[in-house]
Amino acid sequence: MTRDEITAGLAEILEEVAGVNPDDVAEGKSFTDDLDVDSLSMVEVVVAAEEKFGVKIPDNEVQNLKTVGDAVSYIEAQS
Amino acid sequence: MAHTDVVVTGLGATTPLGGDVASTWDAMLSGRSGVSALTQEWAEQLPVRIAAQLAVDPTGLLDRVKLRRLDRSEAIAIIAAQQAWADAGLADSGLDPDRLGVSVGSGIGGALTLLSQDDILEASGPRRVSPHTIPMLMPNGPAAWVGLELGARAGVHSVASACATGAEAIALGMDMIRAGRADVVVAGGTEAVIHSLPIAGFSSMRAMSTRNDEPERASRPWDKGRDGFVLGEGAGVLVLERADHATARGARVYARLAGAGITSDGYDIVQPHPEGAGAIRAIAKAIADADVAKRDIVHVNAHATSTPVGDLAEIKALHQALGDHPVLTATKSMSGHLLGAAGALESIATILAIRDGVVPPTINLDDPDDGLDLDVAANKARHMEIPAALNNSFGFGGHNVALVFTRA
Repeated sequence: MTRDEITAGLAEILEEVAGVNPDDVAEGKSFTDDLDVDSLSMVEVVVAAEEKFGVKIPDNEVQNLKTVGDAVSYIEAQS
Repeated sequence: MAHTDVVVTGLGATTPLGGDVASTWDAMLSGRSGVSALTQEWAEQLPVRIAAQLAVDPTGLLDRVKLRRLDRSEAIAIIAAQQAWADAGLADSGLDPDRLGVSVGSGIGGALTLLSQDDILEASGPRRVSPHTIPMLMPNGPAAWVGLELGARAGVHSVASACATGAEAIALGMDMIRAGRADVVVAGGTEAVIHSLPIAGFSSMRAMSTRNDEPERASRPWDKGRDGFVLGEGAGVLVLERADHATARGARVYARLAGAGITSDGYDIVQPHPEGAGAIRAIAKAIADADVAKRDIVHVNAHATSTPVGDLAEIKALHQALGDHPVLTATKSMSGHLLGAAGALESIATILAIRDGVVPPTINLDDPDDGLDLDVAANKARHMEIPAALNNSFGFGGHNVALVFTRA
């Protein structure tokens, strides 16, 4: 899966869970500061991403995923 | 003792009879039933397969992402509160949020969320349980959400007294204003538990009507053929306001909330006292608190749920505490029993009866019980002057709440 494909997959999840406009989702964007994803929604994003990409994202890893790019890199490395 | 005057300046509701107050009231006056067959798959095996479901589903009325975080009882509480808020003209009034309170209760709480998340837990494991589960099922959830929507900062309260919840929440709202803790209180009740487990539970108590082949005729308070209540869902919200506050901003006033009486039976966890002793004391307290003459209370919106025992106990209580002159109605014959929202919806009906000078009908009263020796607006609305009216609500646990409303 390419980074663009992972980003597009995350955008789908973010739209479904938190109502984020997919056009706003880019690697440089911060989940909390730019996309306005709160902590409970972030939990939903993580669980949905695990399912979609077939990866495990432990809770202690989630705090390091500040931006969409961080998440894409983590998923790319795991899959 | 003279109290601070409290008036009603806004109404909101979403019910089995309509998506707002106007459509609900029209349906009541025309004697329409909101009860229908449950055609969902989960209802197939239930002994009770009828209910009064919302006329307008809340799903299309709120933002999709927001709805993911709301139990159905919370969503409809928000919808009713938004209507009441707009109706009261408070949207851009500059009301100090520190003087705005909320008192909204639910009889059962977020049971639909509890059940659906338990399904997910069983099927997919704990990690898949929604992080929104707790705020969706907590009993203070509807009050908290209404408070959040309106920015209320004078205190958000969630009464729970089963089927007396809506009325008790309104009484508490009145107390908050009388005690000087708020100028405006958004008060009412909400309930959305039409699902297999709540129905099975009530059904096992033999409390529900099993007239599955005649849904619209199933809720029949005081009729000899009554065989239990019909579960309904919905929310009702009133804007209560200190009278001089309402006057100062030129608000339209529906009615005055003149007094309330709250008692507990201390008798049985579910059976009402057979002589209605707790109800008698509640009605007497409400009349005394309101400081109105009994003869002026010419209309009663009764609790009357269509159960064999409860309907007649209330009649005895009314005889003793009020007299034999009032014209009664049981709007649950049309709306079904909204449990924690019942007292709020019926307060709205009582207020509109006073405003419009008309008692909505009790439908399905074809063969009155021999114990019914008070005048009921049976099967069609009755036009009459109503200077003051009483609304009764009783709940499992022995809760009795009576509210007196008077003409503005």
